[in-house]
Amino acid sequence: MKIRTLFFGIAKDIVGHSSKIIELKKKTTIGQFQVYLTEEYIDLKGVNNFAFAVNEEYATSDHQINENDTVAVIPPVSGG
Amino acid sequence: MKNKISIKITSKKLNMQTCYDLVSDDSSGGIAFFVGTVRNITKGKTVNQLDFSSYETMAEKEMKKIALQTFKKYDIIKIAIHHAVGELQIGDIPVIIAVSSAHRGAAFDACQYTIDTLKQTVPIWKKEHFDDGEVWVNTHP
Repeated sequence: MKIRTLFFGIAKDIVGHSSKIIELKKKTTIGQFQVYLTEEYIDLKGVNNFAFAVNEEYATSDHQINENDTVAVIPPVSGG
Repeated sequence: MKNKISIKITSKKLNMQTCYDLVSDDSSGGIAFFVGTVRNITKGKTVNQLDFSSYETMAEKEMKKIALQTFKKYDIIKIAIHHAVGELQIGDIPVIIAVSSAHRGAAFDACQYTIDTLKQTVPIWKKEHFDDGEVWVNTHP
Protein backbone atom coordinates (compact mmCIF):
# COMPACT_ATOMS: atom_id res chain seq x y z
CA MET A 1 0.00 0.00 0.00
CA LYS A 2 1.05 3.57 -0.59
CA ILE A 3 1.15 6.20 2.12
CA ARG A 4 2.11 9.83 2.04
CA THR A 5 4.74 10.71 4.62
CA LEU A 6 5.44 14.24 5.81
CA PHE A 7 8.69 15.29 7.46
CA PHE A 8 9.05 18.34 9.67
CA GLY A 9 11.78 20.16 11.55
CA ILE A 10 15.00 18.19 11.89
CA ALA A 11 13.39 15.14 10.24
CA LYS A 12 12.94 17.20 7.06
CA ASP A 13 16.61 18.24 7.16
CA ILE A 14 17.77 14.64 7.65
CA VAL A 15 15.56 13.08 5.00
CA GLY A 16 15.93 15.93 2.54
CA HIS A 17 12.23 16.09 1.58
CA SER A 18 9.17 17.53 3.22
CA SER A 19 6.94 14.87 1.70
CA LYS A 20 7.38 11.44 0.16
CA ILE A 21 5.16 8.59 -1.05
CA ILE A 22 6.32 5.38 0.63
CA GLU A 23 5.26 1.84 -0.28
CA LEU A 24 4.56 -0.32 2.77
CA LYS A 25 3.27 -3.81 3.47
CA LYS A 26 -0.38 -3.99 4.49
CA LYS A 27 -1.07 -3.88 8.24
CA THR A 28 2.03 -1.92 9.07
CA THR A 29 1.90 -0.26 12.48
CA ILE A 30 3.43 3.08 13.40
CA GLY A 31 6.03 1.20 15.47
CA GLN A 32 7.04 -0.90 12.45
CA PHE A 33 7.07 2.17 10.23
CA GLN A 34 9.39 3.91 12.71
CA VAL A 35 11.79 0.96 12.49
CA TYR A 36 11.64 1.11 8.68
CA LEU A 37 12.38 4.85 8.69
CA THR A 38 15.34 4.60 11.04
CA GLU A 39 16.80 1.84 8.86
CA GLU A 40 16.25 3.88 5.72
CA TYR A 41 17.50 7.15 7.23
CA ILE A 42 20.13 6.21 9.78
CA ASP A 43 20.42 9.74 11.18
CA LEU A 44 16.79 9.67 12.32
CA LYS A 45 17.90 7.27 15.07
CA GLY A 46 19.61 10.13 16.86
CA VAL A 47 16.44 12.19 17.16
CA ASN A 48 15.07 11.56 20.61
CA ASN A 49 11.42 10.78 21.13
CA PHE A 50 9.90 11.75 17.85
CA ALA A 51 6.18 11.31 17.57
CA PHE A 52 3.91 10.35 14.67
CA ALA A 53 0.62 11.65 13.45
CA VAL A 54 -1.80 9.84 11.16
CA ASN A 55 -4.16 12.13 9.26
CA GLU A 56 -3.29 15.05 11.54
CA GLU A 57 -3.88 13.21 14.84
CA TYR A 58 -1.14 11.91 17.13
CA ALA A 59 -0.87 8.12 16.84
CA THR A 60 0.69 5.57 19.19
CA SER A 61 3.12 2.86 18.06
CA ASP A 62 0.41 0.17 17.87
CA HIS A 63 -1.73 2.28 15.50
CA GLN A 64 -2.27 0.49 12.19
CA ILE A 65 -1.63 2.51 9.05
CA ASN A 66 -4.14 2.26 6.21
CA GLU A 67 -3.79 2.79 2.49
CA ASN A 68 -3.77 6.48 1.52
CA ASP A 69 -3.14 7.65 5.08
CA THR A 70 -0.93 10.68 5.59
CA VAL A 71 1.69 9.91 8.21
CA ALA A 72 3.71 12.77 9.68
CA VAL A 73 7.05 12.43 11.42
CA ILE A 74 6.93 14.86 14.33
CA PRO A 75 10.24 15.66 16.04
CA PRO A 76 10.08 17.13 19.56
CA VAL A 77 8.02 20.30 19.24
CA SER A 78 9.38 23.69 20.26
CA GLY A 79 6.72 26.29 19.60
CA GLY A 80 5.86 29.17 21.87
CA MET B 1 -18.05 28.46 20.62
CA LYS B 2 -17.23 29.93 17.24
CA ASN B 3 -16.96 33.56 18.37
CA LYS B 4 -15.23 32.63 21.62
CA ILE B 5 -12.11 31.05 20.13
CA SER B 6 -9.62 32.64 17.76
CA ILE B 7 -6.84 30.40 16.43
CA LYS B 8 -4.25 31.69 13.98
CA ILE B 9 -0.93 30.67 12.49
CA THR B 10 0.53 33.36 10.33
CA SER B 11 3.72 34.52 8.64
CA LYS B 12 2.67 38.10 9.37
CA LYS B 13 3.57 40.08 12.47
CA LEU B 14 1.34 39.24 15.45
CA ASN B 15 -0.74 42.05 16.85
CA MET B 16 -1.60 42.47 20.55
CA GLN B 17 -4.42 44.91 19.89
CA THR B 18 -6.06 42.42 17.51
CA CYS B 19 -5.94 39.73 20.22
CA TYR B 20 -7.27 42.19 22.81
CA ASP B 21 -10.19 43.10 20.56
CA LEU B 22 -10.93 39.43 19.85
CA VAL B 23 -11.30 38.49 23.53
CA SER B 24 -12.75 41.74 24.82
CA ASP B 25 -16.31 41.27 26.11
CA ASP B 26 -18.83 43.29 28.11
CA SER B 27 -19.13 40.52 30.70
CA SER B 28 -15.37 40.35 31.21
CA GLY B 29 -13.72 41.71 34.35
CA GLY B 30 -10.19 41.23 33.08
CA ILE B 31 -7.97 40.03 30.26
CA ALA B 32 -4.74 38.07 30.79
CA PHE B 33 -2.01 37.99 28.14
CA PHE B 34 0.97 35.80 27.59
CA VAL B 35 3.30 37.27 24.97
CA GLY B 36 6.31 35.23 23.91
CA THR B 37 9.34 37.19 22.72
CA VAL B 38 12.50 36.08 20.94
CA ARG B 39 15.42 36.14 23.40
CA ASN B 40 18.95 37.03 22.33
CA ILE B 41 20.77 34.35 24.38
CA THR B 42 20.37 30.55 24.62
CA LYS B 43 22.66 28.66 26.98
CA GLY B 44 25.17 31.51 26.93
CA LYS B 45 25.27 31.77 23.13
CA THR B 46 24.12 34.77 21.15
CA VAL B 47 21.07 34.07 18.99
CA ASN B 48 20.92 35.95 15.70
CA GLN B 49 17.49 34.90 14.54
CA LEU B 50 14.87 32.18 14.81
CA ASP B 51 12.97 30.22 12.20
CA PHE B 52 9.57 28.82 13.12
CA SER B 53 7.90 26.19 10.98
CA SER B 54 4.68 24.28 11.54
CA TYR B 55 2.50 21.43 10.38
CA GLU B 56 -0.10 24.10 9.90
CA THR B 57 -3.33 22.16 9.57
CA MET B 58 -2.52 19.85 12.49
CA ALA B 59 -1.13 22.71 14.59
CA GLU B 60 -4.41 24.60 14.20
CA LYS B 61 -6.34 21.48 15.26
CA GLU B 62 -4.14 21.02 18.33
CA MET B 63 -4.48 24.70 19.26
CA LYS B 64 -8.24 24.38 18.95
CA LYS B 65 -8.18 21.33 21.26
CA ILE B 66 -6.27 23.34 23.86
CA ALA B 67 -8.77 26.18 23.57
CA LEU B 68 -11.70 23.79 24.06
CA GLN B 69 -9.94 22.29 27.10
CA THR B 70 -9.54 25.73 28.68
CA PHE B 71 -13.30 26.23 28.50
CA LYS B 72 -13.83 22.89 30.27
CA LYS B 73 -11.23 23.60 32.96
CA TYR B 74 -11.69 27.32 33.65
CA ASP B 75 -14.53 29.79 33.79
CA ILE B 76 -13.42 31.96 30.89
CA ILE B 77 -15.25 34.01 28.29
CA LYS B 78 -13.01 34.15 25.20
CA ILE B 79 -9.56 33.02 24.15
CA ALA B 80 -7.18 33.90 21.33
CA ILE B 81 -4.12 31.78 20.48
CA HIS B 82 -1.98 33.27 17.72
CA HIS B 83 1.39 31.91 16.63
CA ALA B 84 3.83 33.30 14.09
CA VAL B 85 5.89 31.24 11.65
CA GLY B 86 8.81 32.14 9.43
CA GLU B 87 11.89 34.19 10.29
CA LEU B 88 11.76 36.12 13.55
CA GLN B 89 14.34 38.54 14.90
CA ILE B 90 15.31 39.31 18.49
CA GLY B 91 12.41 41.00 20.27
CA ASP B 92 9.81 39.76 17.78
CA ILE B 93 6.69 38.03 19.06
CA PRO B 94 6.23 34.35 18.15
CA VAL B 95 3.13 33.76 20.27
CA ILE B 96 0.27 35.65 21.87
CA ILE B 97 -2.33 34.11 24.16
CA ALA B 98 -5.15 36.32 25.37
CA VAL B 99 -7.95 35.21 27.68
CA SER B 100 -10.89 37.09 29.10
CA SER B 101 -12.90 36.05 32.13
CA ALA B 102 -15.31 37.53 34.65
CA HIS B 103 -12.72 37.17 37.45
CA ARG B 104 -8.95 37.33 37.04
CA GLY B 105 -7.98 33.90 38.44
CA ALA B 106 -9.52 31.96 35.57
CA ALA B 107 -7.85 34.15 32.94
CA PHE B 108 -4.40 33.79 34.53
CA ASP B 109 -4.81 30.01 34.94
CA ALA B 110 -6.12 29.47 31.40
CA CYS B 111 -3.28 31.54 29.97
CA GLN B 112 -0.66 29.50 31.82
CA TYR B 113 -2.32 26.18 30.90
CA THR B 114 -2.51 27.21 27.24
CA ILE B 115 1.14 28.18 26.81
CA ASP B 116 2.38 25.15 28.80
CA THR B 117 0.27 22.74 26.74
CA LEU B 118 1.06 24.47 23.43
CA LYS B 119 4.77 23.94 24.09
CA GLN B 120 4.13 20.21 24.56
CA THR B 121 1.61 19.30 21.89
CA VAL B 122 1.37 21.78 19.02
CA PRO B 123 3.50 20.75 16.00
CA ILE B 124 5.58 23.90 15.63
CA TRP B 125 9.37 23.87 15.50
CA LYS B 126 11.97 26.48 16.27
CA LYS B 127 15.43 26.63 14.75
CA GLU B 128 17.95 28.91 16.42
CA HIS B 129 20.65 30.52 14.31
CA PHE B 130 23.98 31.30 15.99
CA ASP B 131 27.21 32.72 14.59
CA ASP B 132 28.65 29.21 14.40
CA GLY B 133 25.65 27.23 13.19
CA GLU B 134 22.01 26.39 13.74
CA VAL B 135 20.11 24.12 16.12
CA TRP B 136 16.59 22.68 16.16
CA VAL B 137 15.41 23.43 19.69
CA ASN B 138 14.61 20.39 21.93
CA THR B 139 16.26 18.02 19.45
CA HIS B 140 19.52 16.22 20.11
CA PRO B 141 20.77 14.59 16.94
